[in-house]
Amino acid sequence: MGRRQWFLKGLKDGIPISLGYFAVSLTLGISAKNAGLTAFQATFTSFLINASAGEFIGFSLIAANVGYLELIIMEAVANARYLLMSCALSQKLNKDTPLAQKLIMGFGVTDEVFGVSVAVEGKLDQFYTFGVIITALPGWSVGTLCGVMLGNVLPSRLVSALSVGLYGMFIAVFVPQAKKSKIIGAVVAVSFALSFIFAKLPLLANISAGIKIIILTVVISLGAAILFPVKEENANAA
Amino acid sequence: MQHNVYIYILSMAVITYAIRVLPLTLIHGEIKNGVVRSFLYYVPYVTLAVMTFPAILTATQSTVSAFAALVAAMFAAWHGKSLFQVMILSCSIVFIIELII
Repeated sequence: MGRRQWFLKGLKDGIPISLGYFAVSLTLGISAKNAGLTAFQATFTSFLINASAGEFIGFSLIAANVGYLELIIMEAVANARYLLMSCALSQKLNKDTPLAQKLIMGFGVTDEVFGVSVAVEGKLDQFYTFGVIITALPGWSVGTLCGVMLGNVLPSRLVSALSVGLYGMFIAVFVPQAKKSKIIGAVVAVSFALSFIFAKLPLLANISAGIKIIILTVVISLGAAILFPVKEENANAA
Repeated sequence: MQHNVYIYILSMAVITYAIRVLPLTLIHGEIKNGVVRSFLYYVPYVTLAVMTFPAILTATQSTVSAFAALVAAMFAAWHGKSLFQVMILSCSIVFIIELII
């Protein structure tokens, strides 16, 4: 596929992400409003940051009038998983990808944009990711804006149904890979099990969602890497 | 002390962008170390799996509808349905089940 086809495919794949973002960021807009932010401030935040957990935490800390450094530290913790995603993407891109294009791509590393980008067979054409970013990310800002303005007016049943959409997309990314490789299937099963235990154990219940994701990702991926090192041709595809 | 909302927002934006862009720009070429390569190979699947479960169960108004959506989405994805189809299916299932219960 050429650059143009990749870009168009990206635009198309970004649409369902955008719909899911719209639903999730409605609730984000409501929390921004509760934290005392104006519609403009909330939308501006979403436009710049595009991160659910990070923004939720940010808004509650802003409401608590914390110090700037504290906010920055918590934000780094909540978003640390993007560091791993960015590492993984660096291996997926072609070597000759220009720096300016990496700088643009970095702006759009969200869970979902990452999810569809790593799901591409073989090397990633950056124009695919650009396409996804262009259609997907506006859904986040627009949803936040609507959440601030009319969040409590929308039927809760509709918001509920849309909220599951992003998880549906995650599933659509990892299940086909689990079908192809028994090892990935087992890794996914272990991830489900440990994630469930982490959510249910009282001792661990107070750890933030962002920290849980990064701890589990590092531990499980490292375990899998040591037990089942990937052969060269597979690693290239990742 | 009262803080400025825009300084709050911009400091959040700068740290988040730094986290997202630094590995992409600082890691040049392919990592040769086998363990690191394997680690990064598994990262996407593990991250997506731990983000999905059990969080999906509390994403909707009822655990039942969310669980049904989880099972249906996995079934559809297993049988090669596209991203968009899986997403529409899971949303529809939640909507229909929450109409009934």
